[in-house]
Amino acid sequence: MNLILYLSDMILPFVLFYIIASGLTAGRPVYDDFVEGAKEGFRTVLGVMPTLIGLMAGVSILRTSGFLDFLASLLSHIISEDLIRPELISVILVKLFSSSAATGLALDIFSRFGADSLPGLSASLMLSCTETIFYTMSVYFMSVKVKKTRYTLPGALAATAAGVVMSLILARRMLA
Amino acid sequence: MLNYLWAAMILVGVIWGAFHGTLGAVTEGALGGAKEAVSLCITMLGILSLWSGVLKIGERAGLLKKFSRGLRPFIRFLFPQVPEEHPACEAMSTNIIANMLGLGWAATPAGLKAMEQLDRLNEHKGRATNAMCTFLILNMSSLQLIPINMIAYRSQYGSVAPASIVMPALLATAVSTIVGIVAAKLFERFWP
Repeated sequence: MNLILYLSDMILPFVLFYIIASGLTAGRPVYDDFVEGAKEGFRTVLGVMPTLIGLMAGVSILRTSGFLDFLASLLSHIISEDLIRPELISVILVKLFSSSAATGLALDIFSRFGADSLPGLSASLMLSCTETIFYTMSVYFMSVKVKKTRYTLPGALAATAAGVVMSLILARRMLA
Repeated sequence: MLNYLWAAMILVGVIWGAFHGTLGAVTEGALGGAKEAVSLCITMLGILSLWSGVLKIGERAGLLKKFSRGLRPFIRFLFPQVPEEHPACEAMSTNIIANMLGLGWAATPAGLKAMEQLDRLNEHKGRATNAMCTFLILNMSSLQLIPINMIAYRSQYGSVAPASIVMPALLATAVSTIVGIVAAKLFERFWP
């Protein structure tokens, strides 16, 4: 695990170096390209800002009303907290439908437990290795008018389940 | 989808608050959440602008094309039913690489084009082919190499090492993708 954490520290600088070096060898004006891309990134963030404001206000309302705690206590009757915290179950379930809503829930976990706590790390990893299955499937299959989706859903759910289990194991190892 | 989810969050929260005497906290929660979102966006403005600037350099340097070509043998293994020079292969490669690099805007159009091309090979319209199922399972198994958004969130929420999740996330992503591929290959043998 130490090696994995060590590599985590190195990967961003390495990617930066690699990409900028490839830009230079391709004879590109790298800084001009950078600024152009950064402008796009800037606009993207400004674009998602209203979405985030709405969602974080929504999650915050659910949290402060006490409803999320109630939901968590309901879930903890079904699955033991030692296995997976109830807050994480809601993150996974919501992620299948909406990435931004799941992000809202994960940020709530960060602010309550901390980003480096066990639930914080688990949520970080889970959101990094899963996709919005139902949304993606409907967009792609609708585009070609396919109704019989056959084994797509079970396959995607198997991949997601594997990602979630790995996230829980790795988050625990990161703190060990 | 999000319309219902969001409306439900607020309606349930207010009703729950009304019955449990927490409406005062709900008011504070609504205002606090909105404020928190803005400070999060300020952090994200920095990190995501930096990252998309760097990715733009990579894109202009032709990395997307270069990596897509390297993907060919893998595509041949995954989609034996699709002829090698078929335009679907190129679209699928672009989609996969763009997803790996986190270029969402490049991934979706290429993915939709791949589906359109795969549908031309489809003999039973309206029913997904093996290639379509496998392609989408792969796509939805998450391919992103560097979860830059998550790094930005973590840095905003006081993580001492926001990027510490990069390698573990990569490992989890790899496992989920492998499980997805194995499941797709198993299912395609017997699924009607």
